[in-house]
Amino acid sequence: MRRWRSGSGLLTRLDGPVAFRGGGFAPRGRTWAAVATLVGIVALWQAGASAGVIPTLFLPAPASIARALWALTLSGELWANLSVSLMRLAVGWIVGTVFGIGMGLAVGLWSVLRSPGMAVVSALFPIPKIALVPLFIIWFGIGEGSKLATLAFGVFFPTVIATAGGVDNVPRGLIRMGQSFGLSHGRIVRSIVLPAALPAILSGFRVTSSIAIVLLVAAEMIGAEKGIGAFVLAAGNLYDTDNLLAGIVVLSVLGLVVSWVIGRLERFFLRWRG
Amino acid sequence: MKGGLRLTVDAVGHRYGGLEVLRGVSLTAEPGEVMVLVGPSGCGKSTLLGIMGGMLAPGSGEVRCAGAVPADCLNPLTYVFQDFSLLPWRTVAGNVALVLQDRIGRAACAARVDEVLALTGLSEFAAAWPRQLSGGMRQRVGIARALAVRPACLLLDEPLSALDAQTRDLLMDELASIIEAAGTTTVYVTHNLAEAVRLGHQIVVLSRRPGEVRDIVRVDRPLAGRRADDAGLVALEQRLWRMIRDDAAVAERERIVDAT
Repeated sequence: MRRWRSGSGLLTRLDGPVAFRGGGFAPRGRTWAAVATLVGIVALWQAGASAGVIPTLFLPAPASIARALWALTLSGELWANLSVSLMRLAVGWIVGTVFGIGMGLAVGLWSVLRSPGMAVVSALFPIPKIALVPLFIIWFGIGEGSKLATLAFGVFFPTVIATAGGVDNVPRGLIRMGQSFGLSHGRIVRSIVLPAALPAILSGFRVTSSIAIVLLVAAEMIGAEKGIGAFVLAAGNLYDTDNLLAGIVVLSVLGLVVSWVIGRLERFFLRWRG
Repeated sequence: MKGGLRLTVDAVGHRYGGLEVLRGVSLTAEPGEVMVLVGPSGCGKSTLLGIMGGMLAPGSGEVRCAGAVPADCLNPLTYVFQDFSLLPWRTVAGNVALVLQDRIGRAACAARVDEVLALTGLSEFAAAWPRQLSGGMRQRVGIARALAVRPACLLLDEPLSALDAQTRDLLMDELASIIEAAGTTTVYVTHNLAEAVRLGHQIVVLSRRPGEVRDIVRVDRPLAGRRADDAGLVALEQRLWRMIRDDAAVAERERIVDAT
């Protein structure tokens, strides 16, 4: 095909198949590539440690971490810490999420609550919640209360923002449709507003679950006897890097599992998107 | 004509801020008749329909309705929307059931959903998601949902304008049959004059903004007997176009000026 030059002032002949130019801009996920990347990193890490390039005192080899993890599993120490962390994570996240969704709906639906609610959220959201842990210990004691409050508080604000944003973006035409059919306010909220806001709320879950894990570890590092955070801190104090990294691997897996669960929830609740 | 509501528009005017869109509009849709509102873009057709259906408070004047309402009517004044307004997270049956839930029993709801889906040819798509349907099918769902509440008055806001020409022609015929069978008073907004002469008993021509009633044309023929190639209807369509053409051209220029 002879070239066609725009603005050249010359007419040239076109003769040949039309070249395809509509590809790209459509990235696709490849599971094998993700797995291969992780396996490759671990293999390089192991090879570096075995060759003595990586000092194992500071960064133990993956095999050492795996052995430590296995020993913790057999001794029951892993579950003893993990079960406490999971309980704190579940309770704190659920409390923060329930109140956050309630507040987000209220802010999104009622003018009388919108400005006061958003003013409070805007003022308190930017505070690093870890900085509040000592205050929560003073308020709720060194026991479970302060840890659960830290998690719930940290989860609450992003949930409010995600829910209120979701409600704001509900297509007004759908609400007008509901009103035109004389549906009750409650029915419109249940059948139109909540489902329409659900994608935003579920996206918020991804953010808040990560925040919850970060806050869980931080809260457990301050005055907790059990929990993965406390375990990691204790291992660090003893220079027991095998167990320290075993605890970090558990946190990483916990994050992956939570992300997978939220993904399944999205697939179930948003199956209408196809 | 079987019955339904008489809808009376009395000296209705409306403004959006400083923009006057309707001025002194007075009309009456008689029980069981189809009133079609036509006019150039921006003349206030949809605004007037919104006011007639109680979705918009008029700036001045009032709309009154009077007459018989079906015994099982759940929503006397019922809309069919241009953009279908279907809930994408509900199936076809779920979208229709939405307007019946909390109002009638579960068995009655299911029976009525089945009935209107059969009436609109959607029975085999009851479990489909809206995204799986064509535009014409989606609008059928919108019509089925409107019929499910046994309306006394149907308010259709350019229901066929989002569809391609072939689907529009097919659905127009079906719509005529459904409206005639239901026998409800119908107010139909369109910019398509072929639809107006095919479906209207009373065609109201609005002037360009601020919309005023410019003319009212009556078509005293049953909907079932009207064909697209009927010489009388074609002549009427041309007559309506002559009425609207100059206003439409001015309205188009005003839109360009507004946009710049």
